[in-house]
Amino acid sequence: MNPVYYLYLAALLFTIGAAGVLIRRNAIVVFMCIELMLNACNLAFVTFSRMHGNLDGQIIAFFTMVVAAAEVVVGLAIIVTIFRTRHTASVDDASLMKL
Amino acid sequence: MENLIALLVAAPLVGAALLLCGGKRLDRAGHWIGTLLAVASFAVAAVLFADMLGKSAGDRALHQHLFSWIPVGGFRADLAFQLDQLSMTFVLLITGVGSLIHIYSIGYMEHDERRRRFFGYLNLFLAAMLLLVLADNYLLLYVGWEGVGLASYLLIGFWQHKPSAATAAKKAFLVNRVGDVGLSIAIMLMFTTFGTFAFGPVLAATGDTGEGKLTAIGLMLLLAACGKSAQVPLQSWLGDAMEGPTPVSALIHAATMVTAGVYLITRSGAIFNAAPDAQMAVVVVGAVTLLFGAIVGCAKDDIKKALAGSTMSQIGYMILAAGLGPIGYAFAIMHLVTHGFFKAGLFLGAGSVMHGMNDEVDMRRYGGLRRYMPVTFITFGLGYLAIIGFPGLSGFFSKDKIIEAAFAKGGTEGWILGGAALLGAAITAFYMTRVMLMTFFGEKRWDPQEVHPHESPKTMTIPMIVLAVGSVFAGGLFSINDAFVSWLEPVTSFEHGHSPLSATATTTATIVVLLVGAGLAWLMYGRKPVPAVAPRGSLLTRAARRDLLQDDFNHVVLVRGGEHLTRTLVYLDHSLVDGAVNGTAATMGGLSGRLRQLQSGFVRSYAVQMLGGAAVLVAATLLMRGV
Amino acid sequence: MSFPLLTATAVVPAVGAVATAALPAAKRTAAKWVALSFSLATFVLALVIAIRFTPGAKGPFQLTESHAWIADFGVRYELGVDGIAVALIALTALLIPFVILAGWHDADPLEETRPNRRWRPTQGFFALILAVEAMVVISFEATDVFLFYLFFEAMLIPMYFLIGGFGDGAGEHGEEQAATQRSYAAVKFLLYNLAGGLIMLAAVIGLYAATADQLGAGTFSLPQIVEARAAGHLHLGAGTERLLFLGFFFAFAVKAPLWPLHTWLPNAMGESTSPVAVLITAVVDKVGTFAMLRFCIQLFPEASKWATPVILILALISVLYGALLAVGQRDIKRLIAYASISHFGFIILGIFAMTSQGQGGATLYMVNHGISTAALMLVAGFLISRRGSRLIADYGGVQKVAPVLAGTFLIGGLATLSLPGLAPFVSEFLVLVGTFSRYPVIGIIASAAIVLAALYVLVLYQRTMTGPVKAEVRKMPDLRVRELVVVAPLIALLLFLGVYPKPLTDLVNPAVEHTLSVVDKQDPKPDVHVDATTGGSRPGHATHGDDAEAAK
Repeated sequence: MNPVYYLYLAALLFTIGAAGVLIRRNAIVVFMCIELMLNACNLAFVTFSRMHGNLDGQIIAFFTMVVAAAEVVVGLAIIVTIFRTRHTASVDDASLMKL
Repeated sequence: MENLIALLVAAPLVGAALLLCGGKRLDRAGHWIGTLLAVASFAVAAVLFADMLGKSAGDRALHQHLFSWIPVGGFRADLAFQLDQLSMTFVLLITGVGSLIHIYSIGYMEHDERRRRFFGYLNLFLAAMLLLVLADNYLLLYVGWEGVGLASYLLIGFWQHKPSAATAAKKAFLVNRVGDVGLSIAIMLMFTTFGTFAFGPVLAATGDTGEGKLTAIGLMLLLAACGKSAQVPLQSWLGDAMEGPTPVSALIHAATMVTAGVYLITRSGAIFNAAPDAQMAVVVVGAVTLLFGAIVGCAKDDIKKALAGSTMSQIGYMILAAGLGPIGYAFAIMHLVTHGFFKAGLFLGAGSVMHGMNDEVDMRRYGGLRRYMPVTFITFGLGYLAIIGFPGLSGFFSKDKIIEAAFAKGGTEGWILGGAALLGAAITAFYMTRVMLMTFFGEKRWDPQEVHPHESPKTMTIPMIVLAVGSVFAGGLFSINDAFVSWLEPVTSFEHGHSPLSATATTTATIVVLLVGAGLAWLMYGRKPVPAVAPRGSLLTRAARRDLLQDDFNHVVLVRGGEHLTRTLVYLDHSLVDGAVNGTAATMGGLSGRLRQLQSGFVRSYAVQMLGGAAVLVAATLLMRGV
Repeated sequence: MSFPLLTATAVVPAVGAVATAALPAAKRTAAKWVALSFSLATFVLALVIAIRFTPGAKGPFQLTESHAWIADFGVRYELGVDGIAVALIALTALLIPFVILAGWHDADPLEETRPNRRWRPTQGFFALILAVEAMVVISFEATDVFLFYLFFEAMLIPMYFLIGGFGDGAGEHGEEQAATQRSYAAVKFLLYNLAGGLIMLAAVIGLYAATADQLGAGTFSLPQIVEARAAGHLHLGAGTERLLFLGFFFAFAVKAPLWPLHTWLPNAMGESTSPVAVLITAVVDKVGTFAMLRFCIQLFPEASKWATPVILILALISVLYGALLAVGQRDIKRLIAYASISHFGFIILGIFAMTSQGQGGATLYMVNHGISTAALMLVAGFLISRRGSRLIADYGGVQKVAPVLAGTFLIGGLATLSLPGLAPFVSEFLVLVGTFSRYPVIGIIASAAIVLAALYVLVLYQRTMTGPVKAEVRKMPDLRVRELVVVAPLIALLLFLGVYPKPLTDLVNPAVEHTLSVVDKQDPKPDVHVDATTGGSRPGHATHGDDAEAAK
């Protein structure tokens, strides 16, 4: 099977994820969409690894997973804290990044 | 002997330092200290003079080198003095008349609480003037030159609480500074031309120099002389300077300050001799001023301002004579000395009159004073006869010689100059007779209830008597065997002028115009009563009352123009120069404000920006690859 | 190894700054005395430098110290002084004690504020002054461009706090407005000078790159670069040299300040207390003009000659512009600030006239202007503190009430207008002669400032001191002993250096000759050769020598 199809799939997943991040307001969903984008990238990396016949892409994929896991921990914690104080998980209600 | 020269300057300088820094402790003895040191300086001058007379004419000049003042590269200015016959003449005049004015001031300023300071300033004035005439180079002369300006500033503005006095003092200093620019440029020109500005080398080297440079130097020196000697066009300060106490006016007009210009031109004779164009300018300035001052003197009702106009005119004579070259230098100085006697006497007399008249200066409120102040009347009268050139008195000898020399200039110029000088003599006779008649003759025009005219104390009358004696005899004494001319000849050189008119004819003409002028004044002011309020007068009279509109011109052109210029510049500095800076700052501020809007704090807007950024990066990469 | 005299002179005030700052809040008076004694100790050291220094000895720099510092970048800790630096170090060390004495009560806490343990303005004020002194001194001593740059920039920090933190409480619209204006002035000062400094930094790095390229190892050492240049090892190329020159000159022109980069000075001097204003104009600004002489001209002689016409025009504009604006000011301190701009114009004119009279005069001018402005500004400060206003119109008739104050003010003013007999005359005339001998037209136009200076000084004196006594002035006390102690020595010095400037000229002349030899310029020859005879004091050889300029 032509590995290029996997790349198409990865691009599709990435687009869905990106669209989700931009469109959805619920922080949890936005978060899941980010995960989707990360996994799309992982898929692309693994595909490239296969195409080039070396392990670089797979190693990067592992790195990404570790980073994603860490990110989930921190991100979820932040979202839960915000939900507790504000009783909402909508990203448009909070502009805490700006003082 | 030469070591005494520094003492001449040092004595009054020490006096000034003592009196100005001494504080209240010296209040009671201050005027005596000041007078004593002025007299001490005169005594030293007398000793030096006696010594000088004992030597042959060739080696009378003394030189004292104190120390190297400013040595930088080829620029060498020394603190060194030179005492030759010319300087000696000035030193005797300055210290002599200066001392008399000091003595006079003891009485005149008796009731002023700041008398100690007044004497400090007087001493400073003498010191600066002595430095001016004793310096052996132009830069040191410049120090004295500006020192005189400073002292006159302090003295004219002595009664500082009067705004008019403070303004007059400032004006005197500023106008003088314009002249000083001339002197400083002249010195710079000398430095670039000769590499030095000491009298000896500069004056000796004029022969090897192009006429253009010398003309430039001469014109700049003339500008300087105009400032200090109140010659047209820088004469406007002199009238206002009457705001100072009267002894100051006497000092400025007779012994110091205004004579400095004549000294400068005579001293720089070698430069002017080699630059006929500059000489011509000097002559023109002198001739114009002698008429200008005389006309102004005719219209003033303020006794001191009338005398001020007269000074301007008399100095005009001297400048005219100095501009004639070797035929005139000696006469310029001779007139300067005799003028020193009679003008000091006249001013002290005017001060004495004011002293007795509650400081009234308007001659229309005088009249008939000869009975109340006989000493003042006689001394003033002798001064009057001297200044109009009454035969046998000082002014006659010196002025007559100048008129003769003016005719001797030759050609049409000679006739014009001689005519101007003769006309000036007529007007002099007119305005001085007017002053005399309005003050001492006629009816009383003052209120006997309020004013009690009285003779002044001895400290004031004695100097006046001494000066009157000088006014009577000095000229005659100087003319015996041409003593004065031959005394100065080694310094200024001398040529006999060849006048188209014989000496007798000139003298006759002088006496005739004198009688005409005095007679006219008698017709106008002696025969009929003087109105207490000045009549409107002709156009010329009104203009002359306003100093021939010179102040109005200055006000409109310089003061107003300057004010507009500075105001515009202040505005431009704020709006344009600083505005450019602040504008840059404001632009940056505005730009950052716009950029700040992008940082909304909402996650999704950041996400869009990141996506857009990533898309741009990818597109750029692809495009670059395509290229 | 001999005693590191130069380092010590910079370290003593630095230690003094730390010691003063470390004193507890309650020991306010002690802090003042500590600061004063350290500044006096610095003055003694400066005098020792002046005595140990032999004018005219071989080599451009004396009392040199040299240690490796950042070896990788060729940065060395190199100190050395020439006559010009000695004169300016002496000036700085002389003025600081007077600045401290004059500002004795400027940083006292207001009565209503309760003593605060952590905020100690008094200690801070004097510590900052000493810190500035330390940095200025080391800037005068540094012969390593990088070392110089470091302290040239670093002195902005204490100056920023001095300008922004302390006012004279004499603002026109109350204290709150004054605080705003003060912080505006401080920020303006900082930004201006930082902008200049950053451009200079680029040029400093460029210089390093050029030397590294051509000499093998990069260096910042001024003597080394000058030597390499003279020996022909270093050739920058016209374009590079000009760019580097402009980078350096820009920074110094801001500091000096030269028109049109001057607008920070009136703000900074107007808003700060008068001792700080003296610190700005008499001490800190001198680093700018000094650096033009030491670095701009010596590092980039060709570019200096190239830029001379433009710089002379700008300096001439400064001279007249500053004087004219001074005439139009309503605020005493701003008037003095604009007068200073005019005087800095003269200094720059003298430096770039490239004659021994011009540069010697410019150096003398730096010293004399420091003393005369200090005298005038400090007396103005005493006057302002008595009335609580900076506006000229608020005064009148002070002469009658406080004659000593008026007298000292007049003498300070007369020094500012360069009256002969006072020190500034000597320097101003030398600058004018030096300029005139090469550029007659510029010299003549600059002479007009003689009249303008008289105008602004006398108008100021007339409006404040003479005339009828104003009601608000009637109770004004005359100078106190402390104030007299500040002013009297300055006036004495003005008189002394006006009559006998020889010690100073002897110090400066060899340094100026060295500078001119680096630029390869000689004084124009007079048109007529005169054999000097009077007094026998004028050596005839002064007029000899071939001059390439005159030939053109």
